Amino acid sequence: MSTRPIVAASPEALQIVTFDATMEARIAELLPRYPTRRAAILPLLWLCQERFGWISPGVVRAVAARLGESPAFVEGVVSFYTMYQTAPPARYVLQVCTTLSCAWCGGRELVAHLKERLGISFGEKTPDGVFQLVGVQCLGACGEAPVIQINDDYYENLDIAKLDAILDELAGRS
Amino acid sequence: MEPVLLRARGVSDSRSIATYLAAGGYEGWKKALGMGPDAVTKEVLDSELRGRGGAGFPTGRKWSFVPKDHPGPRYLVCNADESEPGTFKDREIIEYDPHQVVEGVAIASFAIKANTAYIYIRGEFVRWARILEDAIAEARQRGFVGKNVMGSGFDLDVWVHRGAGAYICGEETALLESIEGKRGFPRLKPPFPAVVGVFGQPTVINNVETLACVPHIIVRGAAWFASIGRPKNTGPKLFCVSGHVNRPGVFELPLGVTFREIIEEHAGGVRGGRQLKAFFPGGSSAPILTAAEVDTMADFDACAAAGTMLGSGGIIVFDDTVDMVDVADNVAHFYAHESCGQCTPCREGSDWCMDILDRIVAGHGRPADPDTLLRICRFSSAGMTICPLGDAFALPISSIVNKYRSEFERRIASATPLPQKKQPVLPWAGPCPGFGI
Repeated sequence: MSTRPIVAASPEALQIVTFDATMEARIAELLPRYPTRRAAILPLLWLCQERFGWISPGVVRAVAARLGESPAFVEGVVSFYTMYQTAPPARYVLQVCTTLSCAWCGGRELVAHLKERLGISFGEKTPDGVFQLVGVQCLGACGEAPVIQINDDYYENLDIAKLDAILDELAGRS
Repeated sequence: MEPVLLRARGVSDSRSIATYLAAGGYEGWKKALGMGPDAVTKEVLDSELRGRGGAGFPTGRKWSFVPKDHPGPRYLVCNADESEPGTFKDREIIEYDPHQVVEGVAIASFAIKANTAYIYIRGEFVRWARILEDAIAEARQRGFVGKNVMGSGFDLDVWVHRGAGAYICGEETALLESIEGKRGFPRLKPPFPAVVGVFGQPTVINNVETLACVPHIIVRGAAWFASIGRPKNTGPKLFCVSGHVNRPGVFELPLGVTFREIIEEHAGGVRGGRQLKAFFPGGSSAPILTAAEVDTMADFDACAAAGTMLGSGGIIVFDDTVDMVDVADNVAHFYAHESCGQCTPCREGSDWCMDILDRIVAGHGRPADPDTLLRICRFSSAGMTICPLGDAFALPISSIVNKYRSEFERRIASATPLPQKKQPVLPWAGPCPGFGI
């Protein structure tokens, strides 16, 4: 079971968010796909993560209110899935695959290098908020091991030199 | 063999509907609409197509379980949650030939008279979810999906539903819960999804690769499909090879080839001139096979006879430098993380296995540990849990302990005792009499 640290939310994070017209249009597109409103929880949470950056307690309350669920129910869904960010993420979230093929085909070396280069461990962010290191389970790209997912994108067949080039480029962008 | 499912790999602009149509795409869908649902199901039944997601259940039979007289809606769900370690075949199909999936979804929906289909794709596959959405939009534009498909009077909506990071949602009933907007907790069966599925309605759940086979069966016939492979193990299969091989990748081969042929010929053999030590034949949930078992045939029945399973066809290869205790530990970490937590034997068992294996790896193993691991595995498998995740960690771990026990014993022989920590006394609870805290 995945476990997450419980962090006290700031007063701003507790503030219920509002959905603008663009969001409402996308929600209106989503609802007819399912016979229940509850089924729209996962896709709506995805929309919110895209729009607000993370799933704050205020987002949970807004999603619950919009779909007629209790905040507790929505929170239960959020906490089950690993990809909903329950704290503001860094600009680039480095999700390193730690499972079998990746682990034995260079993944361990990548992790050691990342920890040294960034000075952080799994679950931590760099002080400038640019990089966050996360150890994840199988990403389903074992033929291209080792693999890192950075935000939405897969980076495959990596070695330390390729990874450094990617990090340099990303650091330069921010 | 001539590529069937991967025929578009390497073709330029292979994802577009124009390319797909030029290669005879959607002919199966047109033919199916003319045949009628029962004839389509019979064709798939006769082809002896077995589910490619892991269980190997005959697809046509699964379809035939949907009650004929059900008054309400029915649903077709395409399982694209591909999360079994070592498996990356569905992504390959979607990457090169997404319309093959859409066409398979359409034909299967028609066969079970479902007007709505969901493609459930793992949350990490952002790119492949977009590819599928684009393909569905193209198909809708051309009238292959939507209201009154090709003037047949049949309506079909296809929606992509993204998961959000949970291996368990590849289990079909957990997947249905996830579509319904809930935590991915597997359901007790029966009732089976074909009777009570998503939103309480009859639902068929098929894997991407299974559905991708369907258009070919309709166009070329059941007899053609059944002529590939072995009796009861028919058709082409995608094998994913990863780990210590020269050419990792996805290979399309008839069921019944040997693992030796897959590993040595197609994947180019073990890399660096090293020797094969062991391999998972069908994802990490399948009991491990040793180098001596490499001549086993890669199909459902031959793998079952060898005490393992073909699973999803994800072959993970280990060379002779690998310590099997580390492999067992890595497997335990995966399942301890992915157990949904609903059933005690799986939630606790996977965690205990992980703790014991971590301790052995840290050099503090105890002589009783191998037997303790086997005992935990026995109590977590064979029907002790709602879904097969209990078996999914217990079977590979116990197979590693049984087949490589000497490696565990060697580590334990040189182990030092774990430094004794003082038991913490909880501030709100006095010592429990009789437990000596």
